[in-house]
Amino acid sequence: MKSVRIGAGLGFYGDSWRPVRASIERGGVQYIASDHLSELTLAILQKDRQKDASAGYARDGLPMLLELWPLAARHGVKFVLNAGGLNPEGAREAIARAFREKGWNATIATVTGDAVLERFDELVAAGEALAHMDTGAALDAVRSRMLFANAYLGAQPVVRAFEQGADIVLTGRVADAALSLAPIVHELGWKWDDWDKLALGLTVGHLLECSGQGSGGNFGSAEEWAAIPDYAHLGYPIAEVSAEGSALLTKAPGTGGRVCFDTLRQQLLYEVHDPHAYASPDVVLDMGTLRFDDQGGDRVKVTGASGAPRPAKLKVVGGYHDGWMGTGMIGFAWPQAYAKCETAARTIRTLVAERGWPVEDMNVEYIGYDSLLGANADPTHRDELNECFLRMAIRTQDRKVADAYGRLFPWLGLSGPPYVGSMKGVQGAKELLGIWPTLVRRELVESKMVVGVERT
Amino acid sequence: MRVPLWKIAHARSGDKGDRADIGLFAWDAPTYAVLKREVTTGRVQEHFKAMCDGPVELWPLDNLLALKIVLNRALQGGAARSLRMDNLGKAVAAQLLRMEIDAPADLPRLRPK
Repeated sequence: MKSVRIGAGLGFYGDSWRPVRASIERGGVQYIASDHLSELTLAILQKDRQKDASAGYARDGLPMLLELWPLAARHGVKFVLNAGGLNPEGAREAIARAFREKGWNATIATVTGDAVLERFDELVAAGEALAHMDTGAALDAVRSRMLFANAYLGAQPVVRAFEQGADIVLTGRVADAALSLAPIVHELGWKWDDWDKLALGLTVGHLLECSGQGSGGNFGSAEEWAAIPDYAHLGYPIAEVSAEGSALLTKAPGTGGRVCFDTLRQQLLYEVHDPHAYASPDVVLDMGTLRFDDQGGDRVKVTGASGAPRPAKLKVVGGYHDGWMGTGMIGFAWPQAYAKCETAARTIRTLVAERGWPVEDMNVEYIGYDSLLGANADPTHRDELNECFLRMAIRTQDRKVADAYGRLFPWLGLSGPPYVGSMKGVQGAKELLGIWPTLVRRELVESKMVVGVERT
Repeated sequence: MRVPLWKIAHARSGDKGDRADIGLFAWDAPTYAVLKREVTTGRVQEHFKAMCDGPVELWPLDNLLALKIVLNRALQGGAARSLRMDNLGKAVAAQLLRMEIDAPADLPRLRPK
Protein backbone atom coordinates (compact mmCIF):
# COMPACT_ATOMS: atom_id res chain seq x y z
CA MET A 1 0.00 0.00 0.00
CA LYS A 2 1.41 3.36 -1.07
CA SER A 3 1.94 5.95 1.64
CA VAL A 4 3.43 9.39 2.15
CA ARG A 5 5.08 11.01 5.18
CA ILE A 6 4.36 14.65 5.97
CA GLY A 7 6.16 16.60 8.68
CA ALA A 8 4.92 19.72 10.43
CA GLY A 9 6.83 22.91 9.75
CA LEU A 10 6.11 26.11 11.59
CA GLY A 11 2.81 26.64 13.41
CA PHE A 12 2.83 30.45 13.30
CA TYR A 13 4.86 33.44 12.05
CA GLY A 14 7.84 33.45 14.40
CA ASP A 15 7.80 29.75 15.33
CA SER A 16 11.06 27.75 15.42
CA TRP A 17 12.18 25.60 12.48
CA ARG A 18 14.92 23.92 14.50
CA PRO A 19 12.73 20.83 15.24
CA VAL A 20 12.08 20.39 11.50
CA ARG A 21 15.71 19.30 11.07
CA ALA A 22 15.10 16.12 13.12
CA SER A 23 11.99 15.32 11.06
CA ILE A 24 14.06 15.49 7.87
CA GLU A 25 17.21 13.80 9.21
CA ARG A 26 15.57 10.86 10.92
CA GLY A 27 11.79 11.19 10.61
CA GLY A 28 11.62 9.94 7.04
CA VAL A 29 9.43 12.83 5.90
CA GLN A 30 8.94 13.55 2.19
CA TYR A 31 7.18 16.89 2.63
CA ILE A 32 7.23 19.70 5.17
CA ALA A 33 3.96 21.64 5.51
CA SER A 34 4.66 24.96 7.16
CA ASP A 35 1.98 27.35 8.44
CA HIS A 36 3.13 30.95 8.85
CA LEU A 37 -0.25 32.70 8.86
CA SER A 38 -2.58 32.94 11.82
CA GLU A 39 -5.95 34.62 11.35
CA LEU A 40 -4.47 38.12 11.59
CA THR A 41 -0.85 37.71 10.49
CA LEU A 42 -1.88 39.27 7.19
CA ALA A 43 -2.46 42.53 9.08
CA ILE A 44 1.22 42.61 10.08
CA LEU A 45 2.25 41.83 6.51
CA GLN A 46 -0.04 44.56 5.18
CA LYS A 47 1.85 47.10 7.28
CA ASP A 48 5.14 45.79 5.88
CA ARG A 49 3.83 46.14 2.35
CA GLN A 50 2.65 49.71 2.94
CA LYS A 51 6.23 50.63 3.78
CA ASP A 52 7.80 48.58 0.97
CA ALA A 53 5.85 47.28 -2.03
CA SER A 54 8.27 44.38 -2.46
CA ALA A 55 7.56 43.14 1.10
CA GLY A 56 4.31 41.70 2.49
CA TYR A 57 5.40 38.10 2.88
CA ALA A 58 6.38 36.24 6.06
CA ARG A 59 10.07 36.96 6.51
CA ASP A 60 10.86 33.68 8.25
CA GLY A 61 10.31 31.57 5.10
CA LEU A 62 13.65 32.52 3.55
CA PRO A 63 15.92 31.91 6.57
CA MET A 64 14.10 28.63 7.23
CA LEU A 65 14.77 27.45 3.68
CA LEU A 66 18.36 28.72 3.71
CA GLU A 67 19.04 26.61 6.76
CA LEU A 68 17.08 23.50 5.79
CA TRP A 69 17.28 23.31 2.01
CA PRO A 70 20.70 21.59 1.65
CA LEU A 71 19.55 18.89 4.08
CA ALA A 72 16.11 18.67 2.48
CA ALA A 73 17.56 18.40 -1.02
CA ARG A 74 19.80 15.51 0.09
CA HIS A 75 16.75 13.70 1.47
CA GLY A 76 14.46 14.62 -1.44
CA VAL A 77 12.14 16.58 0.85
CA LYS A 78 9.76 19.18 -0.61
CA PHE A 79 8.17 22.16 1.09
CA VAL A 80 4.77 23.78 1.03
CA LEU A 81 4.50 26.98 3.00
CA ASN A 82 2.00 29.82 3.15
CA ALA A 83 4.82 32.26 3.88
CA GLY A 84 3.91 34.09 0.66
CA GLY A 85 1.41 36.04 2.74
CA LEU A 86 0.14 39.01 0.73
CA ASN A 87 2.95 38.77 -1.81
CA PRO A 88 3.82 35.16 -2.75
CA GLU A 89 5.60 36.32 -5.92
CA GLY A 90 7.76 38.72 -3.92
CA ALA A 91 8.63 35.87 -1.58
CA ARG A 92 9.52 33.68 -4.56
CA GLU A 93 11.78 36.37 -6.02
CA ALA A 94 13.61 36.77 -2.71
CA ILE A 95 14.06 33.02 -2.27
CA ALA A 96 15.04 32.43 -5.91
CA ARG A 97 17.64 35.22 -5.68
CA ALA A 98 19.13 33.76 -2.53
CA PHE A 99 19.15 30.23 -4.01
CA ARG A 100 20.92 31.47 -7.18
CA GLU A 101 23.56 33.21 -5.07
CA LYS A 102 24.20 29.88 -3.35
CA GLY A 103 24.15 27.98 -6.63
CA TRP A 104 21.21 25.86 -5.46
CA ASN A 105 18.77 24.38 -7.98
CA ALA A 106 15.12 24.23 -7.08
CA THR A 107 11.75 24.61 -8.73
CA ILE A 108 9.79 27.18 -6.78
CA ALA A 109 6.06 27.68 -7.38
CA THR A 110 3.59 30.26 -6.19
CA VAL A 111 -0.15 30.07 -5.69
CA THR A 112 -1.97 33.40 -5.94
CA GLY A 113 -5.54 34.56 -6.23
CA ASP A 114 -6.56 34.55 -2.58
CA ALA A 115 -6.32 38.34 -2.15
CA VAL A 116 -9.78 39.76 -2.84
CA LEU A 117 -9.89 43.21 -1.21
CA GLU A 118 -9.17 44.95 -4.50
CA ARG A 119 -11.94 42.89 -6.11
CA PHE A 120 -14.71 43.84 -3.66
CA ASP A 121 -16.62 45.95 -6.23
CA GLU A 122 -16.54 43.09 -8.68
CA LEU A 123 -17.66 40.58 -6.04
CA VAL A 124 -20.52 42.82 -4.92
CA ALA A 125 -21.53 43.27 -8.57
CA ALA A 126 -21.57 39.48 -8.88
CA GLY A 127 -24.13 39.33 -6.07
CA GLU A 128 -22.00 38.77 -2.97
CA ALA A 129 -23.08 40.96 -0.04
CA LEU A 130 -19.85 40.27 1.88
CA ALA A 131 -21.81 40.64 5.12
CA HIS A 132 -20.20 39.45 8.38
CA MET A 133 -20.87 35.70 8.42
CA ASP A 134 -21.54 35.54 12.18
CA THR A 135 -23.33 38.80 12.96
CA GLY A 136 -24.88 39.51 9.55
CA ALA A 137 -23.59 43.11 9.74
CA ALA A 138 -23.33 44.93 6.42
CA LEU A 139 -19.93 45.56 4.87
CA ASP A 140 -20.46 49.34 4.50
CA ALA A 141 -19.66 50.03 8.15
CA VAL A 142 -16.07 48.83 7.82
CA ARG A 143 -15.26 48.82 4.13
CA SER A 144 -13.26 52.07 4.04
CA ARG A 145 -11.15 50.80 6.96
CA MET A 146 -10.46 47.33 5.52
CA LEU A 147 -6.73 46.59 5.32
CA PHE A 148 -6.78 43.16 3.72
CA ALA A 149 -9.25 40.46 2.74
CA ASN A 150 -8.16 37.02 1.63
CA ALA A 151 -10.02 33.87 0.72
CA TYR A 152 -8.98 30.54 2.16
CA LEU A 153 -7.95 28.51 -0.90
CA GLY A 154 -7.91 24.73 -0.82
CA ALA A 155 -5.38 22.06 -1.73
CA GLN A 156 -6.07 21.90 -5.48
CA PRO A 157 -3.79 24.73 -6.66
CA VAL A 158 -0.98 23.40 -4.47
CA VAL A 159 -1.36 19.98 -6.08
CA ARG A 160 -1.16 21.65 -9.50
CA ALA A 161 2.11 23.25 -8.41
CA PHE A 162 3.54 19.87 -7.41
CA GLU A 163 2.34 18.39 -10.71
CA GLN A 164 4.42 21.05 -12.45
CA GLY A 165 7.50 19.80 -10.63
CA ALA A 166 7.66 22.21 -7.73
CA ASP A 167 10.12 21.49 -4.92
CA ILE A 168 8.89 24.47 -2.93
CA VAL A 169 5.34 25.81 -3.10
CA LEU A 170 4.73 29.29 -1.72
CA THR A 171 1.15 30.29 -1.11
CA GLY A 172 -0.71 33.19 0.38
CA ARG A 173 -3.86 32.39 2.32
CA VAL A 174 -4.58 28.69 1.99
CA ALA A 175 -6.55 26.73 4.58
CA ASP A 176 -3.91 25.67 7.11
CA ALA A 177 -4.72 21.98 6.82
CA ALA A 178 -4.68 22.15 3.02
CA LEU A 179 -0.91 22.61 3.22
CA SER A 180 -0.72 18.95 4.30
CA LEU A 181 -3.73 17.70 2.35
CA ALA A 182 -2.13 18.81 -0.93
CA PRO A 183 0.98 16.62 -0.85
CA ILE A 184 -1.13 13.72 0.46
CA VAL A 185 -3.54 13.95 -2.48
CA HIS A 186 -0.66 14.52 -4.90
CA GLU A 187 1.25 11.42 -3.78
CA LEU A 188 -1.68 9.06 -3.19
CA GLY A 189 -3.75 10.09 -6.19
CA TRP A 190 -6.96 10.55 -4.25
CA LYS A 191 -10.01 11.81 -6.12
CA TRP A 192 -11.44 15.23 -5.27
CA ASP A 193 -14.82 13.66 -4.50
CA ASP A 194 -13.54 10.82 -2.31
CA TRP A 195 -14.87 12.66 0.72
CA ASP A 196 -13.90 10.19 3.44
CA LYS A 197 -10.28 10.06 2.28
CA LEU A 198 -10.09 13.83 1.91
CA ALA A 199 -11.56 14.07 5.42
CA LEU A 200 -8.74 11.87 6.73
CA GLY A 201 -6.25 14.11 4.96
CA LEU A 202 -7.88 17.17 6.49
CA THR A 203 -7.66 15.53 9.92
CA VAL A 204 -3.94 14.97 9.40
CA GLY A 205 -3.45 18.55 8.27
CA HIS A 206 -5.26 19.84 11.32
CA LEU A 207 -3.14 17.67 13.62
CA LEU A 208 0.06 19.04 12.01
CA GLU A 209 -0.79 22.70 11.45
CA CYS A 210 0.14 23.92 14.95
CA SER A 211 3.62 22.35 15.04
CA GLY A 212 4.49 21.39 18.64
CA GLN A 213 0.87 21.47 19.80
CA GLY A 214 0.42 18.16 17.97
CA SER A 215 3.21 16.48 19.91
CA GLY A 216 2.89 17.49 23.54
CA GLY A 217 3.39 21.24 23.51
CA ASN A 218 0.80 23.35 25.35
CA PHE A 219 -0.66 20.16 26.82
CA GLY A 220 -3.46 21.75 28.82
CA SER A 221 -3.57 19.88 32.11
CA ALA A 222 -3.21 20.45 35.82
CA GLU A 223 -0.16 18.27 36.43
CA GLU A 224 0.46 15.99 33.48
CA TRP A 225 2.16 18.73 31.43
CA ALA A 226 5.20 18.21 33.67
CA ALA A 227 5.56 14.63 32.40
CA ILE A 228 6.04 15.74 28.78
CA PRO A 229 9.70 14.82 28.11
CA ASP A 230 12.40 17.26 27.00
CA TYR A 231 10.58 20.43 25.92
CA ALA A 232 13.95 21.81 24.73
CA HIS A 233 14.08 19.22 21.94
CA LEU A 234 10.37 18.73 21.36
CA GLY A 235 9.85 17.03 18.00
CA TYR A 236 7.16 18.29 15.66
CA PRO A 237 4.48 15.80 14.62
CA ILE A 238 4.83 13.60 11.55
CA ALA A 239 2.04 11.73 9.75
CA GLU A 240 2.44 8.67 7.57
CA VAL A 241 -0.70 8.55 5.46
CA SER A 242 -1.73 5.39 3.63
CA ALA A 243 -3.56 5.37 0.33
CA GLU A 244 -6.53 3.48 1.75
CA GLY A 245 -7.30 6.36 4.10
CA SER A 246 -5.57 5.91 7.45
CA ALA A 247 -2.69 7.71 9.12
CA LEU A 248 0.00 6.96 11.66
CA LEU A 249 0.90 10.00 13.76
CA THR A 250 4.38 10.03 15.25
CA LYS A 251 7.52 12.18 15.58
CA ALA A 252 11.23 11.75 14.89
CA PRO A 253 13.06 9.26 17.14
CA GLY A 254 15.11 10.80 19.93
CA THR A 255 13.09 14.01 20.14
CA GLY A 256 11.19 15.39 23.11
CA GLY A 257 7.46 15.79 23.43
CA ARG A 258 4.81 13.10 23.19
CA VAL A 259 2.44 11.83 20.55
CA CYS A 260 -0.39 9.95 22.24
CA PHE A 261 -4.19 9.84 22.34
CA ASP A 262 -4.29 12.67 24.89
CA THR A 263 -1.97 15.11 23.12
CA LEU A 264 -3.56 14.41 19.73
CA ARG A 265 -7.18 14.80 20.80
CA GLN A 266 -6.32 18.17 22.35
CA GLN A 267 -4.98 19.32 18.99
CA LEU A 268 -7.86 17.71 17.07
CA LEU A 269 -10.47 19.89 18.76
CA TYR A 270 -8.28 23.01 18.90
CA GLU A 271 -9.86 26.08 17.30
CA VAL A 272 -12.72 24.00 15.92
CA HIS A 273 -16.34 25.15 16.06
CA ASP A 274 -18.90 22.43 15.24
CA PRO A 275 -16.82 19.22 15.34
CA HIS A 276 -19.39 17.45 13.16
CA ALA A 277 -18.97 20.00 10.38
CA TYR A 278 -15.35 21.15 10.34
CA ALA A 279 -15.38 22.99 7.03
CA SER A 280 -12.42 23.36 4.71
CA PRO A 281 -12.36 24.39 1.04
CA ASP A 282 -11.88 20.75 0.00
CA VAL A 283 -14.16 18.73 2.28
CA VAL A 284 -16.28 18.98 5.42
CA LEU A 285 -15.06 16.70 8.20
CA ASP A 286 -17.17 14.98 10.86
CA MET A 287 -14.82 14.30 13.78
CA GLY A 288 -17.45 12.17 15.51
CA THR A 289 -16.44 8.96 13.73
CA LEU A 290 -12.64 9.24 14.05
CA ARG A 291 -10.81 6.45 15.89
CA PHE A 292 -7.46 6.91 17.61
CA ASP A 293 -5.53 3.72 18.30
CA ASP A 294 -2.65 4.58 20.64
CA GLN A 295 0.04 1.96 19.97
CA GLY A 296 2.46 3.41 22.51
CA GLY A 297 5.97 4.64 21.73
CA ASP A 298 4.68 7.92 20.23
CA ARG A 299 2.63 6.13 17.58
CA VAL A 300 -1.10 6.65 17.14
CA LYS A 301 -3.14 5.26 14.27
CA VAL A 302 -5.99 7.47 13.05
CA THR A 303 -8.87 5.99 11.04
CA GLY A 304 -12.59 6.42 10.51
CA ALA A 305 -12.79 9.94 9.06
CA SER A 306 -16.16 10.88 7.55
CA GLY A 307 -16.33 13.55 4.90
CA ALA A 308 -19.16 15.50 3.32
CA PRO A 309 -18.94 17.41 0.03
CA ARG A 310 -16.95 20.62 -0.02
CA PRO A 311 -18.87 23.87 0.55
CA ALA A 312 -20.11 25.98 -2.36
CA LYS A 313 -18.62 29.11 -0.78
CA LEU A 314 -15.13 29.91 0.39
CA LYS A 315 -14.44 31.71 3.63
CA VAL A 316 -12.84 35.12 3.29
CA VAL A 317 -11.29 36.84 6.30
CA GLY A 318 -10.72 40.56 6.23
CA GLY A 319 -9.15 42.80 8.82
CA TYR A 320 -10.14 46.43 9.40
CA HIS A 321 -8.76 49.29 11.44
CA ASP A 322 -10.68 49.48 14.72
CA GLY A 323 -9.05 52.18 16.82
CA TRP A 324 -5.93 52.29 18.97
CA MET A 325 -4.85 50.65 22.19
CA GLY A 326 -2.95 52.53 24.85
CA THR A 327 -1.25 50.42 27.53
CA GLY A 328 0.34 51.21 30.86
CA MET A 329 1.89 48.94 33.43
CA ILE A 330 3.40 49.32 36.89
CA GLY A 331 4.39 46.75 39.51
CA PHE A 332 4.46 46.85 43.30
CA ALA A 333 6.18 44.67 45.88
CA TRP A 334 4.71 43.38 49.16
CA PRO A 335 3.25 44.61 51.49
CA GLN A 336 -0.26 45.21 50.19
CA ALA A 337 0.86 44.84 46.58
CA TYR A 338 -2.68 44.31 45.31
CA ALA A 339 -4.11 47.23 47.28
CA LYS A 340 -1.40 49.50 45.90
CA CYS A 341 -2.24 48.40 42.37
CA GLU A 342 -5.88 49.24 43.06
CA THR A 343 -4.91 52.70 44.29
CA ALA A 344 -2.73 53.24 41.23
CA ALA A 345 -5.66 52.16 39.02
CA ARG A 346 -8.00 54.66 40.71
CA THR A 347 -5.39 57.36 40.28
CA ILE A 348 -4.98 56.68 36.57
CA ARG A 349 -8.76 56.66 36.09
CA THR A 350 -8.91 60.10 37.69
CA LEU A 351 -6.13 61.45 35.50
CA VAL A 352 -7.84 60.11 32.37
CA ALA A 353 -11.20 61.57 33.39
CA GLU A 354 -9.68 64.98 34.18
CA ARG A 355 -8.12 65.11 30.74
CA GLY A 356 -11.46 64.38 29.10
CA TRP A 357 -9.91 61.86 26.76
CA PRO A 358 -12.28 59.96 24.44
CA VAL A 359 -11.79 56.47 25.91
CA GLU A 360 -14.24 53.84 24.66
CA ASP A 361 -13.13 50.91 26.82
CA MET A 362 -10.76 50.38 29.70
CA ASN A 363 -9.48 46.97 30.75
CA VAL A 364 -7.91 46.67 34.21
CA GLU A 365 -5.88 43.59 35.07
CA TYR A 366 -3.71 42.59 38.01
CA ILE A 367 -0.79 40.53 36.70
CA GLY A 368 0.07 37.88 39.25
CA TYR A 369 -3.54 37.73 40.32
CA ASP A 370 -6.21 37.77 37.58
CA SER A 371 -4.78 38.76 34.19
CA LEU A 372 -5.16 35.25 32.78
CA LEU A 373 -7.96 33.79 34.88
CA GLY A 374 -10.22 36.84 34.95
CA ALA A 375 -13.26 36.50 37.16
CA ASN A 376 -12.29 32.89 37.85
CA ALA A 377 -9.17 33.94 39.78
CA ASP A 378 -9.18 32.65 43.36
CA PRO A 379 -9.16 35.66 45.74
CA THR A 380 -8.02 33.67 48.80
CA HIS A 381 -4.45 35.03 48.93
CA ARG A 382 -5.02 38.27 47.07
CA ASP A 383 -3.98 40.49 49.93
CA GLU A 384 -0.76 38.60 50.67
CA LEU A 385 0.75 38.55 47.19
CA ASN A 386 4.54 38.89 47.12
CA GLU A 387 4.16 41.25 44.21
CA CYS A 388 1.53 42.40 41.77
CA PHE A 389 1.55 44.28 38.47
CA LEU A 390 -1.18 46.62 37.34
CA ARG A 391 -1.89 46.62 33.63
CA MET A 392 -4.49 48.99 32.25
CA ALA A 393 -5.34 49.16 28.55
CA ILE A 394 -7.67 51.56 26.78
CA ARG A 395 -9.35 51.62 23.40
CA THR A 396 -9.65 55.00 21.68
CA GLN A 397 -10.08 56.27 18.14
CA ASP A 398 -7.45 58.94 18.82
CA ARG A 399 -3.91 57.74 18.24
CA LYS A 400 -2.41 60.66 20.16
CA VAL A 401 -4.47 59.76 23.23
CA ALA A 402 -3.31 56.14 23.03
CA ASP A 403 0.30 57.38 22.92
CA ALA A 404 -0.14 59.90 25.74
CA TYR A 405 -1.94 57.38 27.96
CA GLY A 406 1.14 55.20 28.50
CA ARG A 407 3.11 58.23 29.65
CA LEU A 408 0.81 58.67 32.67
CA PHE A 409 2.33 55.68 34.41
CA PRO A 410 6.04 56.48 35.10
CA TRP A 411 4.97 59.48 37.19
CA LEU A 412 3.49 57.05 39.72
CA GLY A 413 7.03 55.89 40.57
CA LEU A 414 7.80 59.02 42.58
CA SER A 415 4.32 60.30 43.33
CA GLY A 416 2.31 57.12 43.92
CA PRO A 417 2.25 54.18 46.37
CA PRO A 418 5.61 52.72 47.51
CA TYR A 419 7.95 49.91 46.35
CA VAL A 420 7.45 50.10 42.62
CA GLY A 421 9.22 47.99 40.05
CA SER A 422 9.03 47.54 36.30
CA MET A 423 9.85 51.10 35.23
CA LYS A 424 10.93 49.81 31.86
CA GLY A 425 9.80 52.54 29.54
CA VAL A 426 6.53 53.58 27.99
CA GLN A 427 4.45 51.62 25.49
CA GLY A 428 3.18 53.57 22.51
CA ALA A 429 -0.13 53.30 20.69
CA LYS A 430 -0.90 49.94 19.06
CA GLU A 431 -3.32 49.69 16.17
CA LEU A 432 -6.37 47.54 16.85
CA LEU A 433 -7.93 45.42 14.14
CA GLY A 434 -11.40 44.05 13.79
CA ILE A 435 -11.87 40.82 11.94
CA TRP A 436 -14.41 40.41 9.13
CA PRO A 437 -15.22 36.82 8.17
CA THR A 438 -17.49 36.46 5.17
CA LEU A 439 -18.34 34.01 2.38
CA VAL A 440 -17.85 34.17 -1.38
CA ARG A 441 -18.95 31.72 -4.10
CA ARG A 442 -15.88 29.68 -4.79
CA GLU A 443 -15.90 30.06 -8.57
CA LEU A 444 -15.52 33.84 -8.19
CA VAL A 445 -12.23 33.23 -6.39
CA GLU A 446 -10.97 30.09 -8.08
CA SER A 447 -11.31 31.54 -11.57
CA LYS A 448 -8.50 33.96 -10.61
CA MET A 449 -6.13 31.42 -9.05
CA VAL A 450 -2.73 31.32 -10.72
CA VAL A 451 0.08 28.82 -10.26
CA GLY A 452 3.46 30.28 -11.26
CA VAL A 453 6.70 28.29 -11.53
CA GLU A 454 10.33 29.40 -11.57
CA ARG A 455 13.55 27.34 -11.69
CA THR A 456 16.76 28.46 -10.04
CA MET B 1 -19.07 15.30 46.15
CA ARG B 2 -17.99 18.63 44.61
CA VAL B 3 -14.96 18.21 42.36
CA PRO B 4 -13.07 20.81 40.34
CA LEU B 5 -12.64 19.74 36.73
CA TRP B 6 -8.84 19.93 36.91
CA LYS B 7 -8.82 16.82 39.10
CA ILE B 8 -10.60 14.66 36.54
CA ALA B 9 -10.11 16.21 33.09
CA HIS B 10 -7.74 18.10 30.80
CA ALA B 11 -8.46 20.96 28.42
CA ARG B 12 -7.03 23.26 25.73
CA SER B 13 -8.50 26.48 24.41
CA GLY B 14 -7.98 28.80 21.45
CA ASP B 15 -9.60 31.58 19.46
CA LYS B 16 -11.43 32.06 16.17
CA GLY B 17 -12.66 35.58 15.59
CA ASP B 18 -14.69 36.61 18.65
CA ARG B 19 -15.13 33.00 19.82
CA ALA B 20 -13.12 31.27 22.49
CA ASP B 21 -13.26 27.51 22.08
CA ILE B 22 -12.36 24.77 24.51
CA GLY B 23 -11.80 21.05 24.22
CA LEU B 24 -12.51 19.33 27.56
CA PHE B 25 -11.24 15.75 27.85
CA ALA B 26 -12.00 13.04 30.37
CA TRP B 27 -9.05 10.84 31.29
CA ASP B 28 -11.35 7.79 31.33
CA ALA B 29 -14.79 6.59 30.24
CA PRO B 30 -16.56 6.75 33.66
CA THR B 31 -15.47 10.36 34.02
CA TYR B 32 -16.66 11.16 30.50
CA ALA B 33 -20.16 10.01 31.44
CA VAL B 34 -20.09 12.40 34.42
CA LEU B 35 -18.79 15.32 32.34
CA LYS B 36 -21.48 14.74 29.76
CA ARG B 37 -24.13 14.91 32.46
CA GLU B 38 -22.75 17.75 34.61
CA VAL B 39 -20.97 20.13 32.24
CA THR B 40 -23.98 21.73 30.60
CA THR B 41 -24.25 24.87 28.48
CA GLY B 42 -26.03 26.52 31.40
CA ARG B 43 -23.25 25.72 33.89
CA VAL B 44 -20.57 26.89 31.48
CA GLN B 45 -22.49 30.08 30.68
CA GLU B 46 -22.69 30.87 34.39
CA HIS B 47 -18.99 30.12 34.91
CA PHE B 48 -17.97 32.53 32.14
CA LYS B 49 -20.63 35.20 32.66
CA ALA B 50 -17.97 37.87 33.27
CA MET B 51 -16.37 37.45 29.85
CA CYS B 52 -18.82 35.71 27.51
CA ASP B 53 -21.54 37.94 26.03
CA GLY B 54 -23.01 35.38 23.65
CA PRO B 55 -24.45 31.88 23.84
CA VAL B 56 -22.41 28.82 24.80
CA GLU B 57 -22.44 25.87 22.42
CA LEU B 58 -21.47 22.34 23.41
CA TRP B 59 -20.99 19.07 21.55
CA PRO B 60 -20.21 15.74 23.27
CA LEU B 61 -17.87 13.44 21.32
CA ASP B 62 -18.14 9.89 22.63
CA ASN B 63 -15.28 8.67 20.40
CA LEU B 64 -12.88 11.17 21.99
CA LEU B 65 -14.29 11.15 25.56
CA ALA B 66 -14.51 14.88 25.03
CA LEU B 67 -16.78 17.90 25.11
CA LYS B 68 -16.29 20.64 22.53
CA ILE B 69 -17.34 23.96 24.04
CA VAL B 70 -17.61 27.28 22.20
CA LEU B 71 -18.04 30.63 23.95
CA ASN B 72 -19.53 33.14 21.52
CA ARG B 73 -18.66 36.84 21.82
CA ALA B 74 -16.08 36.15 24.49
CA LEU B 75 -12.92 37.86 23.19
CA GLN B 76 -13.85 41.56 23.13
CA GLY B 77 -14.40 41.34 19.37
CA GLY B 78 -11.36 39.18 18.60
CA ALA B 79 -7.69 38.78 19.42
CA ALA B 80 -6.48 41.82 17.48
CA ARG B 81 -8.91 44.26 19.06
CA SER B 82 -8.96 42.77 22.56
CA LEU B 83 -7.44 44.78 25.39
CA ARG B 84 -6.77 41.69 27.50
CA MET B 85 -3.45 40.07 28.36
CA ASP B 86 -4.98 36.77 27.25
CA ASN B 87 -6.24 38.16 23.95
CA LEU B 88 -5.92 34.72 22.32
CA GLY B 89 -8.01 32.92 24.92
CA LYS B 90 -5.24 30.42 25.64
CA ALA B 91 -5.95 30.42 29.39
CA VAL B 92 -9.72 30.10 29.01
CA ALA B 93 -9.29 26.32 29.37
CA ALA B 94 -7.57 26.88 32.71
CA GLN B 95 -10.56 28.96 33.79
CA LEU B 96 -12.86 26.08 32.85
CA LEU B 97 -10.77 23.60 34.85
CA ARG B 98 -11.64 25.64 37.96
CA MET B 99 -15.32 24.87 37.53
CA GLU B 100 -16.75 22.50 40.16
CA ILE B 101 -19.25 19.75 39.40
CA ASP B 102 -20.99 16.98 41.31
CA ALA B 103 -19.11 13.74 40.79
CA PRO B 104 -19.03 10.32 42.45
CA ALA B 105 -16.05 9.89 44.78
CA ASP B 106 -15.04 6.61 43.13
CA LEU B 107 -14.05 8.05 39.75
CA PRO B 108 -10.66 6.57 38.75
CA ARG B 109 -8.79 9.84 39.20
CA LEU B 110 -10.31 10.47 42.63
CA ARG B 111 -9.29 7.17 44.18
CA PRO B 112 -6.28 7.33 46.53
CA LYS B 113 -3.08 6.57 44.60
